[in-house]
Amino acid sequence: MPFSHTIGNIRYTFANLADLLAKATPLRSGDVLAGVAAESAEQRVAAQFALADLPLQHFLNEQVVPYEQDEVTRLIVDQHNIEAFDPVGGFTVGEFRDWLLSDEATAERLAALAPGLTPEMAAAVSKLMRLQDLIVVAAKIRVVTKFRTTVGLSGRLSTRLQPNHPTDDPAGIAASIIDGLLLGSGDAVIGINPAGDSVAATANLLRLIEAVRTRFQIPAQSCVLAHITTQLGALEAGAPVDLLFQSIAGTEAANRSFGVNLSLLAEANEAGRSLSRGAVCADGTVGRDVMYFETGQGSALSANAHHGVDQQTLEARAYGVARAFDPMLVNTVVGFIGPEYLYDGKQITRAGLEDHFCGKLLGLPMGCDVCYTNHAEADQDDMDALLTLLGAAGVNYIMGVPGADDVMLNYQSTSFHDALYLRRILGLRPAPEFEAWLGGEGFERLRLEAKSPERLLLAAARLLK
Amino acid sequence: MSDPLDMLDIAKRLRALTPARLGLGRSGVSQVTRDVLHFQLSHAQARDAVHARLDAAALAQAIRAQVSQFDSGPVLRLHSAAPDRTTYLQRPDLGRRLDEKSRSALAPNEGGEVDVAMVVADGLSALAVERHVPPLLGLLLPRLAERNVAPVCVVEQGRVAIGDEIGEALQARLSIVLIGERPGLSSPDSLGAYITWAPRVGRTDAERVCISNIRSQGLDYEEAAAQVERAVTEAFQRRLTGVAPEAHRGLSENL
Repeated sequence: MPFSHTIGNIRYTFANLADLLAKATPLRSGDVLAGVAAESAEQRVAAQFALADLPLQHFLNEQVVPYEQDEVTRLIVDQHNIEAFDPVGGFTVGEFRDWLLSDEATAERLAALAPGLTPEMAAAVSKLMRLQDLIVVAAKIRVVTKFRTTVGLSGRLSTRLQPNHPTDDPAGIAASIIDGLLLGSGDAVIGINPAGDSVAATANLLRLIEAVRTRFQIPAQSCVLAHITTQLGALEAGAPVDLLFQSIAGTEAANRSFGVNLSLLAEANEAGRSLSRGAVCADGTVGRDVMYFETGQGSALSANAHHGVDQQTLEARAYGVARAFDPMLVNTVVGFIGPEYLYDGKQITRAGLEDHFCGKLLGLPMGCDVCYTNHAEADQDDMDALLTLLGAAGVNYIMGVPGADDVMLNYQSTSFHDALYLRRILGLRPAPEFEAWLGGEGFERLRLEAKSPERLLLAAARLLK
Repeated sequence: MSDPLDMLDIAKRLRALTPARLGLGRSGVSQVTRDVLHFQLSHAQARDAVHARLDAAALAQAIRAQVSQFDSGPVLRLHSAAPDRTTYLQRPDLGRRLDEKSRSALAPNEGGEVDVAMVVADGLSALAVERHVPPLLGLLLPRLAERNVAPVCVVEQGRVAIGDEIGEALQARLSIVLIGERPGLSSPDSLGAYITWAPRVGRTDAERVCISNIRSQGLDYEEAAAQVERAVTEAFQRRLTGVAPEAHRGLSENL
């Protein structure tokens, strides 16, 4: 079904929903690369007018990737909750934007709405929103998850401590963990991207984090971000697995290129939960959320699996995948993919806020890896701006990388100091369990032992055996 | 939280264990001037490496000085379909294909099958290529002496996959692409070597072997040359390179 909008004496037409969404998307290099972007600035606004007039109901009748060809589409369609959708069922996309911004859209109503929205609806409305709209709506939504800490509470900001090392050297990784803990980092997860992807190495790194965690009684969870099958191998071998990680994308074909599908993710979720390693959290209940997903605009195009759909809509579909598994953590790795998808600081900033908004609207505990590579037109100033905007939007967590320089993945993220800055400027505190730990005996012991780190690292190594 | 004095003392000891930027001082909650400037310097060097233009003439001459000893013929200078760096950074598809002129320049060299197409491309660090390719070739070419190596091709604004088109045009059984890797903050001059059996347009990165991090603080020339030779030998035995697609944080770096 073609869509159209007339400006002056030019009638702009859009072949189908995917085309309309792509043309309405604010400019980014990945859509240009894919050949789906608007051909002029005016055509883009024409598409936005046409999209604003489109009834939300239409999204239930036309899919951007065919139902028969794609298990992600089937998941989205089959799990759509029509009762939850009902309160907004009569709106157009433009009216939906106005409603989201209104005081009618309370935190409770937004939470109840999430299962009634499809990812494509979330993506569509975000395309009509300016940065302040993306911030003000997202800031109303709290998505709280628990394992050993409670992440996502109002007035809190957590961090993933990311102690990567180019050769997975245990002492080097332990040193980064200690440095981060001393600066109050790690309450979302202590998560290592391993250089190698083997079961034995993954199990060893998990034991290393476990040794540090138990020695200082830290309320935190661990993760080694190897492939999900590698982590399941470590789990079967008896390694202390807290959270299970996987990169995911918005189409079946892109997920296949990552070596995963929905049933494998379900298996991992079940295996992780069966260990019951979560703890009693601040509200008195036991944390049971075990999945950790990373996403990023452009991953489907990068895998040549985009079906002619714009990268932001596909990113929202990745959140459609994530929410089926009640994850503990989800973050977009927004600037990691490079300038062929998000060219500069401006494009990265918008994408980061879109991703956070769409994820929260769909009911996900969104964090963000505020980051860039050296071939993107971006620098620390851009990261400071995005970091501050995400803090205002109520982001659940950000990354904590020593000095913002990831020496394994070769990109720049946010530092331990950056998190302290954001907490200070916005009056945010760590997760309650972790905050209590920072003021208690465990942290004091860490401080004392860190004065001779060599001994501490030896102790960790001994615990490994 | 720790007070800054403690941190300074701990910092040095932790820093000996990893190249990560550990134990940075604090003023309030913020980083101190010296650390901020060190970071800015590293980023500046990485940015300069990304945007530096390859001095292809000088590189060709430096390579010629190496190959003349091993009789691999002239050095060919080629250009990708990406006319400049700005285009190159946004259009990986253009960086993977030769421009019109280069395609016709390759034609006269088509003289039956060869064993190895040797391709040198600036990639994301011209600095890496200018610094490391001549000495590496000096060690690598003697190791490939038994094989029929086509004239070395130097490509401006090239990505890894440009070796597929060149290898196909030269009717090469295998291609070796030496290319500047994406600069990290501590490594503006890292070189990569990609070995591809039966190079043809459309090969994926999963069908290559990659030897990475060739630089003075990383893999040294002797070891890199040995690893490339081993990969080439194995490729000729298996008549295949690469394995199943690897999930590298789920995202391809798209060199």
